[in-house]
Amino acid sequence: MTANGWFQIALFSALVLALTKPLGIYILRVFDGTAGWLRPIERVIYKASGVDPAENQHWTRYAASLMFFSLASMLLTYVALRLQHVLPLNPQHLAAVTDHQSFETAASFTSNTDWQSYAGESTMSYFSQMTQLAFHNFASAAVGMCGAIALARGIAQRSAGKLGNFWVDLVRGMLYLLLPLSIVMALALVQQGAIQNFSAYLTASTLEGAKQVIAMGPVASQEAIKQLGTNGGGFFNANSSHPFENPTPLANLWQMVAIFAIPAALTYTFGRMVKNAKHGWALWAAMFVLFAVGTTAAYWAEARGNPIHAARGVDVDESATNYGGNMEGKEARFGIASSALFATVTTDASCGAVNSMHDSFTPIGGMVPLVNIQLGELIFGGVGSGLYGMLIMVVLTVFIAGLMVGRTPEYLGKKIQAPEVQMAMLYVLALPALILLGAAASVVLPDGLKGLNNSGPHGLSEVLYAFSSAAGNNGSAFAGLTGSSYYYNTLVGITMLFGRFALVVPMIALGGFLSAKKIAPPSTGTFPVTGPLFVTLLIGVIVIVGALTFFPALALGPIVEHLSMLAGRVF
Amino acid sequence: MSIMTNMLRKQLRPAIVLTIVLCVITGALYPAVVTAIAQLVFPRQANGSIIKANGRVIGSSLIGQSFASAEYFHGRPSAAGAGYDATASGGTNKGPTDAKLADTLVAQAIDSVVKLDGGVKGQIPSDMVTSSGSGLDPDISPANAVLQVARVARARGAQADSVRALVDSHTRPRQLGVLGDPTVNVLQLNLALDTVFPRAKGGAQ
Repeated sequence: MTANGWFQIALFSALVLALTKPLGIYILRVFDGTAGWLRPIERVIYKASGVDPAENQHWTRYAASLMFFSLASMLLTYVALRLQHVLPLNPQHLAAVTDHQSFETAASFTSNTDWQSYAGESTMSYFSQMTQLAFHNFASAAVGMCGAIALARGIAQRSAGKLGNFWVDLVRGMLYLLLPLSIVMALALVQQGAIQNFSAYLTASTLEGAKQVIAMGPVASQEAIKQLGTNGGGFFNANSSHPFENPTPLANLWQMVAIFAIPAALTYTFGRMVKNAKHGWALWAAMFVLFAVGTTAAYWAEARGNPIHAARGVDVDESATNYGGNMEGKEARFGIASSALFATVTTDASCGAVNSMHDSFTPIGGMVPLVNIQLGELIFGGVGSGLYGMLIMVVLTVFIAGLMVGRTPEYLGKKIQAPEVQMAMLYVLALPALILLGAAASVVLPDGLKGLNNSGPHGLSEVLYAFSSAAGNNGSAFAGLTGSSYYYNTLVGITMLFGRFALVVPMIALGGFLSAKKIAPPSTGTFPVTGPLFVTLLIGVIVIVGALTFFPALALGPIVEHLSMLAGRVF
Repeated sequence: MSIMTNMLRKQLRPAIVLTIVLCVITGALYPAVVTAIAQLVFPRQANGSIIKANGRVIGSSLIGQSFASAEYFHGRPSAAGAGYDATASGGTNKGPTDAKLADTLVAQAIDSVVKLDGGVKGQIPSDMVTSSGSGLDPDISPANAVLQVARVARARGAQADSVRALVDSHTRPRQLGVLGDPTVNVLQLNLALDTVFPRAKGGAQ
């Protein structure tokens, strides 16, 4: 670890902090309708689609609209991928995507996961990448924000179950927020060297006279929304480690900031919506502490390197000219610090883009992303999903604090009662059930074991990571696992859909329940949801819930592997 | 029943129409606008930072390529296809306790560095014997480049000091002074080598 490495981490943190308030205010204005510079376009869209923008939907209807939109867009993508060979913008004449892979990919991008069992450059035409995958990157991110905004409205208002209008929130989230940010981001990436063209793949004759075919495409436009929408699906197989996706350390910094920008800003938006800006900052602080711990652990482990490789002759000591550490799966231009930071950021959020291969991280370095996902991706988290995931933990924290002093728990003036706690528990239990059941089945069934690229404890980690990533809608992978079989396509596809929609609907329901309650003024017995005491308790609840659930599985995977590595054992 | 169908109609029409409208805006218009601006303002980058010599495309300054002969600097080991296949990016995805990674990939790469460049076990730069994430890493570390200087100089019949000076002038510091790590772009360094120390016609290999 070097001072320069820490400085890069501090610089990144400062940029995220600086963006939180201004972007948070803008998001607030987008969703309360005061930002209106695209109103004429909005009106045309509502007219064409038969939406009454003034309608205030009950939570059941809000949730139904969300489900119908997701279903329609998922079906469109399934059909488009199956028909890829007859659709335009396919200069490489790539074939139709197989049925199971089309299903999984449609589920993956609709659920904001972007788990990819295919290699982009040899599977997806430019048409599929742009009109399907990039479209979903916008849409699924906007859907996530809708979930968070609906829940926030339920907490902030008294409205007998009405939470706003899904269609309006969807359109505004995409047009006012994601689209302008993406245009700026895409051009910033091109300036650094990301490509943006529709050319056929280029053939070069190398200095040694060999032939090298170089994949091309409209990469930067997809890259921008991939990060801003915490989607993470790369244009190329190698994702953000590919030099055409992520050409320079500065591009890498833009990408990491883009991942955290909206989730961080939403904490401020939320604070303002519930008229308690300090509470928003308390959530930010809890997230930041967990982020800092994860980054430190990952950076330490990767900088320390792999003693097994050191014993073979690798110099793992960092110097002015040698990167040292564990460089397997990492790019020279990013080095250890930016790679460890990126891995932490992409899994704190539900992004899943990678600028280095998590499968080749040291056991502890690889456990950090895994744990981040298993905690529920609420450390800033996905666009929207991070905030509602964190609010569930806040409800639990308030509930536990209430039990400790023997009072009916209250959150921002609303009583937390049985239905609310039930919804929260549904959320807390769904994630581990999906992860552990899927992983357990896959390490027993022959079809599951067939996909492994590593044996020993690392093989278990690969499977555990796959289902954590799918259920958590992250999309990053211990990518050695061959996920393109019928078995994994189907099971992972279903897991991703449940991981998204079986969680977002209870969230909207919770918003509906809370909106029906009257807002009581704070009294002396109200547990304050600001300040260090609250932040500490919140972090404690997050860590304890996560640790109790996943520690046994982690002990058999990365922890055993760490001990094996120290003993020099290979598998 | 009529409530159901009414609800369906109220939900289905916006779901279908908005899917199509938003798909056109974000899936077609947006990339078209970005491409137009990018091609206008940053045409070199947008088309892949291509390097040409005598009208022939040599490669991209951002995409590594295979080098095997003694008179060129070599890039890192690559897991992209058969090596630096720019249509099949990717890493080894081998874990830290994987036997094949430790005893075959890394160990053989170390043996090769020992043999070719006189590397000393325990002092082999970490990027020199490990595969990158993309398999297309265009860069190596300064330590990696310096270790190859003697071999390249010998193969080209050049002074080691002058080759070393060329490496130093091609070492890129951290971006903006702080970001990433110092790197040496292998293709650009090798192009400079061919200019400054041309290979003897019909020389080795």
